Amino acid sequence: MCGIVGLFLKTQRHEPELGRLTALMLEQMRERGPDSAGFAVYGDDRDDRTKLTVLSEGINTDWGEVCSDLEIALDGAVTHRMVLDHAILETELDGTDVRQWIIKNVPKSTVLGSGHAIELYKAVGDPRLVAERYGLADRTGTHAIAHTRMATESAVTTAGSHPFSTGKDSCLVHNGSLSNHNLLREILESKGESFQTENDTEVAAGYLAWRLREGDTLVEALERGLDELDGFYTFCIGTRDGFAVVRDPIACKPAVMAETDDWVAMSSEYRAIAQLPDVGDAEVWEPEPARIFAWSRT
Amino acid sequence: MTSLDLSTGSLRDVNAALQAAESGEFVITHPQGAHALACGLNASVEVKIEGPVGYYCAGMNQLATVLVDGNAGTGLAENIMSGSVTITGNAGQSAAATGHGGLVVIQGDASARCGISMKGVDIVVGGNVGHMSAFMAQAGNLVVLGDAGDDLGDSIYEARLFVRGTVASLGADCIEKEMRPEHLEFLTTCLTESGMDADVSDFRRYGSARTLYNFQPDDVDAASESTERSDG
Amino acid sequence: MSNDWHLQKSHTFSPEVMAEIRRAANTGVYSIRGFGAKRQLPNFDDLVFLGASMSRYPLEGYRESCGTDVVLGARNASEPIHLDIPVTIAGMSFGSLSANAKEALGRGASAVGTSTTTGDGGMTDEERSHSTKLVYQYLPSRYGMNPDDLRRADAIEVVVGQGAKPGGGGMLMGQKIDARVASMRTLPEGIDQRSACRHPDWTGPDDLEIKIIELREITGWRKPIYVKIGAARPYYDTALAVKAGADVVVVDGMQGGTAATQDVFIEHVGIPTLAAVPEAVRALKELGMHRTVQLIVAGGIRSGADVAKALALGADAVSIGTAALVAIGDNDPALDEEYRALGSAAGYWDQYQAGNDPAGITTQDPVLASRLDPELAGRRLANYLKVLTLEAQTLARACGKSHVHNLEPQDLAALTVEAAAMAGVPLAGTTWIPGKDETDRESD
Repeated sequence: MCGIVGLFLKTQRHEPELGRLTALMLEQMRERGPDSAGFAVYGDDRDDRTKLTVLSEGINTDWGEVCSDLEIALDGAVTHRMVLDHAILETELDGTDVRQWIIKNVPKSTVLGSGHAIELYKAVGDPRLVAERYGLADRTGTHAIAHTRMATESAVTTAGSHPFSTGKDSCLVHNGSLSNHNLLREILESKGESFQTENDTEVAAGYLAWRLREGDTLVEALERGLDELDGFYTFCIGTRDGFAVVRDPIACKPAVMAETDDWVAMSSEYRAIAQLPDVGDAEVWEPEPARIFAWSRT
Repeated sequence: MTSLDLSTGSLRDVNAALQAAESGEFVITHPQGAHALACGLNASVEVKIEGPVGYYCAGMNQLATVLVDGNAGTGLAENIMSGSVTITGNAGQSAAATGHGGLVVIQGDASARCGISMKGVDIVVGGNVGHMSAFMAQAGNLVVLGDAGDDLGDSIYEARLFVRGTVASLGADCIEKEMRPEHLEFLTTCLTESGMDADVSDFRRYGSARTLYNFQPDDVDAASESTERSDG
Repeated sequence: MSNDWHLQKSHTFSPEVMAEIRRAANTGVYSIRGFGAKRQLPNFDDLVFLGASMSRYPLEGYRESCGTDVVLGARNASEPIHLDIPVTIAGMSFGSLSANAKEALGRGASAVGTSTTTGDGGMTDEERSHSTKLVYQYLPSRYGMNPDDLRRADAIEVVVGQGAKPGGGGMLMGQKIDARVASMRTLPEGIDQRSACRHPDWTGPDDLEIKIIELREITGWRKPIYVKIGAARPYYDTALAVKAGADVVVVDGMQGGTAATQDVFIEHVGIPTLAAVPEAVRALKELGMHRTVQLIVAGGIRSGADVAKALALGADAVSIGTAALVAIGDNDPALDEEYRALGSAAGYWDQYQAGNDPAGITTQDPVLASRLDPELAGRRLANYLKVLTLEAQTLARACGKSHVHNLEPQDLAALTVEAAAMAGVPLAGTTWIPGKDETDRESD
């Protein structure tokens, strides 16, 4: 079980504080998700280059060398910077090619996210410390989703933490518990998805990734998901230019949304949203079950 | 009038002060979505909460009069025994869940499961109620001035439901029922008490068809015995 | 033609199975009964204590004391529960049991310094007055739930599930819903009550955490909060209960009884108590919470040997339900003729839902219920609880323990491969624990 927060800035007004506000929201979700945390921040969106967030757990990877090898192998520029154990690669090369190369050539690494705007960080430990260590409060950008985890039926590991990538610039966080994820995992594996954990959310992310690859729009994929994913869930999905929220038809897991002229926010509990500026003027509501709520800048 | 500020005082301190009082008026400021605020009250105190609250505000309320000027999360006034809880904004899921008595007034909307398993409370909602409202509702009254979502009154027992707007769908064993003078009388009083303005003749009543009250086993053995007898 | 025929029984289509198929064909409704799982299951009989030897020395009986006291709920509660013995009475409702039966349980438990527990019908005044320590159950149905009873309880037990039916709600048939029961539960008399299976205002440990805070706020953080789960995924469930804030975790295995539920639920859902205990303990140890959050184990506890074995595996206490009812007279052979008149026999009676119990225990019929003398029955229960305690002490002393809590898994050996695997204890005469590497054990 878990806590979810999402913040989407409709105007530029609060972009410099995106990270600070997301960190305030995440802090409120600590108790319901004490095991680990993660966040995806969308910013510095450029069509001409792709960012990849890569994690090598506990291995001393020489990222400088990796980037040189990549440049030679794929004939394009690749730079990197480190945020603790997360490496952010920036490249003009195609993100999919780079991801495949990394999977093949950099042992025990995981590409947590890739796209034009997304950077994705996750780690085991107290959510407050995770946010501090990865500098969430200093981030700027247009939107962010974040998650605090109370592991239910799988281990507390970084790989098991949310958000999970579902494709370019796209990721998923989940509060709830699926009931047919083992069946689905086998089906998705036959469709080419691979999984690292026993985690039900990883399966939901793999499902979405598969549908998006097959050409569904996000809304189509989520609508099909309402039929095919069984169990209790509130999902928040980050996309390149916005986010979406959906609850299962029974809707026992909480979700609350709020909107002002400047932002749209969602959370598992209102007290996270209470941290936001001008929240007193916000329209606040509980999203209905089995309905997809989506926001984007385009 | 005592003012308690949740931005400087802890939840425990605020609740302890409210729970210790035998009378008086209190204002709680900066609730900021806090959970379990003003729960377990057991005296004729008046409490006004200025701002939005989290889960279980005024849970298990007895005798007290609580006003929330804002929205509430899950379980507003859950298991209320007596007294009244009013909210100016919207209430989250399971508002007034399992309430035994008293009055809960939601001026905005209530979301899913409003009045779930209610056991005698009267609930009045100025706006809409979400799906599965009055699920397994045993006793009491749910009055909705707006619309009701899917599966209203699923598996309902003896609670009475009055809805002025549309009902998306009725749950198992819930049917529309005849409005009789005593129901109109009740509605009139109830709407007045809750400060709601509506024409009672616009409401429709829903309640239990009572077909799920007992298992209905077949008895083919008995039927075949009597067939044998009639053959013989 | 040969006359040489013989009866060949089918294990798959046994006489019992055929009878049930016929019953289903006759009525079109599922079979509902009381009691716990009746089929043979791995249980504590498959474990033995090693006792004393050249390397371990026993304690003398009586003179060299063996402590049995337990403190429950000190993690967060300012008023934890002190028990004199590590055996409590499990939750059973007034409604499923007669008032006399509840009184008997209260008298017996109080006489030996332990607790009783309310059930799916709320707290009666008699129960509160006859039990020195009373645990108040907080169930999905919330029948009779009220803050006055919450405040006069000694502990609160949030019920997520029970061993007989993990995932099922309470059930009480119409013949037992008389005026008093109906009024306590706010239900019409005579209906077949089926309770909800999920709580109405929270689902999941993250929201349970908030609910527990509310319960603490209402009771001034004085009372221990237990979380009771049916044995399904005890490793994860125990960890989640701890993370949600439980002071005590109660794990109820498959053999746990019920007053009424579908037979298929009883026999086919949940895992045996023996398999559940080590998983729950493992979760507590990994969280550094063993003995800080207490573990109460229930489901088929019958003798002091079962008590001692549960403690050796890491439990802090056990809870009895079925055994307590038998102690006060359930299935008494003296009533055999009456059981037979009902189509059953003494020792086989499990139709608790029918409400016509000749022993006066699982009935609301005033004539039948009056057969149970609460004082005498209370005495029987007190005696039985004393024996459970003495037996557990005997075994503990034989293992050299001055307190039953010092029993440990290494005091045990398993008689079957299944029990060795489930209990995490070596097969007797070997060092083999199926499923565990030699190297795992060295680093234990």
